[in-house]
Amino acid sequence: MLIASNDRFQPWLDPTATPQLRIENVVKTFDDFTAVDDVSLNIYRGEFFSLLGGSGCGKTTLLRMMAGFATPDKGRIFIEDTDLVPLPPYERPLNMMFQSYALFPHMTVEKNIAFGLKRDGMPKDEIAERVAKVLDLVQLSQFAARKPSQLSGGQRQRVALARSLVKRPKVLLLDEPLSALDKKLREATQYELVTIQQQVGITFIMVTHDQEEAMTMSTRIAVMDKGKLVQLGTPAEIYEYPQNRFVAGFIGSVNMFDGPLRENHADYAVVDCPAWGGPIEVGRGIGYGLGHLTTLAVRPEKIQLAKLDQPFAPVNRATARVKDMAYLGNSYVYHVVLESGQVLKVTTPNMGLAPEQQMRRDEEVQIGWDPSACIVVEP
Amino acid sequence: MKAVRFLGMPKPGQGRGWVISGPFLWFLVFFLVPFLVVVKISLSTAEIAIPPYAPLFTLSDDGTISLALHLGNFQYIFSDPEYVLAYLSSLRYAAGTALITLLIGYPVAYGIATSRPGIRPALLMLVVMPFWTSFLIRVYAWIGILKPNGLINNFLMWLGVIHQPLEILNNQFSIFVGMVYAYLPFMILPLYACLEKLDHSLLEAASDLGARPFRAFLSITLPLSLPGIIAGSLLVFIPAVGEYIIPTLLGGPSTLTIGTVLWNEFFNNHDWPVASTVAVALIVLLVGPLMLLQHFQAKEETR
Repeated sequence: MLIASNDRFQPWLDPTATPQLRIENVVKTFDDFTAVDDVSLNIYRGEFFSLLGGSGCGKTTLLRMMAGFATPDKGRIFIEDTDLVPLPPYERPLNMMFQSYALFPHMTVEKNIAFGLKRDGMPKDEIAERVAKVLDLVQLSQFAARKPSQLSGGQRQRVALARSLVKRPKVLLLDEPLSALDKKLREATQYELVTIQQQVGITFIMVTHDQEEAMTMSTRIAVMDKGKLVQLGTPAEIYEYPQNRFVAGFIGSVNMFDGPLRENHADYAVVDCPAWGGPIEVGRGIGYGLGHLTTLAVRPEKIQLAKLDQPFAPVNRATARVKDMAYLGNSYVYHVVLESGQVLKVTTPNMGLAPEQQMRRDEEVQIGWDPSACIVVEP
Repeated sequence: MKAVRFLGMPKPGQGRGWVISGPFLWFLVFFLVPFLVVVKISLSTAEIAIPPYAPLFTLSDDGTISLALHLGNFQYIFSDPEYVLAYLSSLRYAAGTALITLLIGYPVAYGIATSRPGIRPALLMLVVMPFWTSFLIRVYAWIGILKPNGLINNFLMWLGVIHQPLEILNNQFSIFVGMVYAYLPFMILPLYACLEKLDHSLLEAASDLGARPFRAFLSITLPLSLPGIIAGSLLVFIPAVGEYIIPTLLGGPSTLTIGTVLWNEFFNNHDWPVASTVAVALIVLLVGPLMLLQHFQAKEETR
């Protein structure tokens, strides 16, 4: 199922397009631990592709297999029509930006960046030209003669990027490229990285544990858990239609309800949820038989709250008590308790309500959401 | 948050002076003072007396104190070719030893640093193990190995590779064998410490950028292990210049090194002033260049 999307390029929808990088049934085990478990992926030229998951989910191992620092036990990795697996890292047409940046501490910025070009035996004047160009791209021209230790964290990050870009690889692998930066700089760099990627037109494959980062930057995201690929899709697809509990919980926060399917129609369905205290209407048909135990998920920002005396329209509604609330500046986070005892998380934008209109702790309130806000996830 | 400080507890930073003063005092009492004594003796002349040298200060009957600084010893040792040759030969043995221990020690240290972490302590233990036996006994053992009817010659003759015993004792070869053997751990340990710290991702990055393993070694590992190479070389070179036991035991009677010359002047000729002069000149020759080296290194680092 697809979200009506803007004009961003979506080669994965084009049946005639051939993927640039193909990962076929790759398996990697360390001793008795399966790090990557039968993963297959197609990545297209020009994509900004993210491998997203918690620590130990196998995303970094998968990236290292593409770079050549780990060998798959089974499966194959192709770039265009070249089988990468038998090639050592120094013969692969892709480059990697390391999480630690791995800048050579004894070389200047310029020499660090020129290192890869020298290995290709490129003539000196051409190297100088390429280095100058890429330094300009990352806005570090005036730092060419510095050593890495004389740079700030953000500058080092850009040197690492420049060094991995300068060879114009077919694919650039980025291992947690922003994790060492502080929050403000990280947000600014997210956009910068996307801009640079679009300028150079190289396929980027990024490993990250930060779902917000993946959402902001990626064309598509592959969510991994315990070595398996659990969902592949655009950021919007993954957020709006998480396929299972893990994805729903990992990408943003979510409230979940379980219950048997009571009614199923073409454009709506009804699920009996004891925790909610009654039926919940879902805005589309469900592919299960009646009575099937179904899991529903609702995002906190799609739930509405209202005072008891206010008119309240949503189809699914109930009363609940505000247990806790937090002020986040741009929004409020409420923890509300249903009659069944289940606690729901609700976020509302800060619209500058008058004090008497605001919810208070321990206040009884109306809570509800529209059928379209509700999604069905696999357990 | 403010840390609670009890009465009598030093302020943060105040204790540092005390901690440093320990080694400093040690250095003062056990190195600098004896060294000044040696310098003093070197400026004196030999006499048949106890102690066997002329005092620097003499108090005459009319109450004048006269100070006699005798610089002739320095002039003497630098004009006598025997001393100059002894210095040169010692420097040559020391430099050769440092170079050979580096060539042998680097691969060993590299091997230990890249081995599985679990077996590294055991490998390091093997490097240090010889220290458990007396140095003198170990050097004597080499005589047994190298002498004409020793282990090596007997073995080679039994194999039929040679028919005459090889002359491998009491010459330069045996001195180098003994020195390299004795000083190898001092090269391996600082090199290991340096290589073990090397960030493996740097080598991965080099490989990723197209460097074959040997190229990556030359461009990354070698330059980054330079501090270890320098430390190891100095740790070997400095004591090796003044080495006395190994040249004496393994080098035969004609060996000319600064250690043997010193011994002769002191114990055979009882010429304390010349012996002291030899020692002082050695220190000046060694320490001078080292301080220059350190000065330039410090400058390089702050730049």
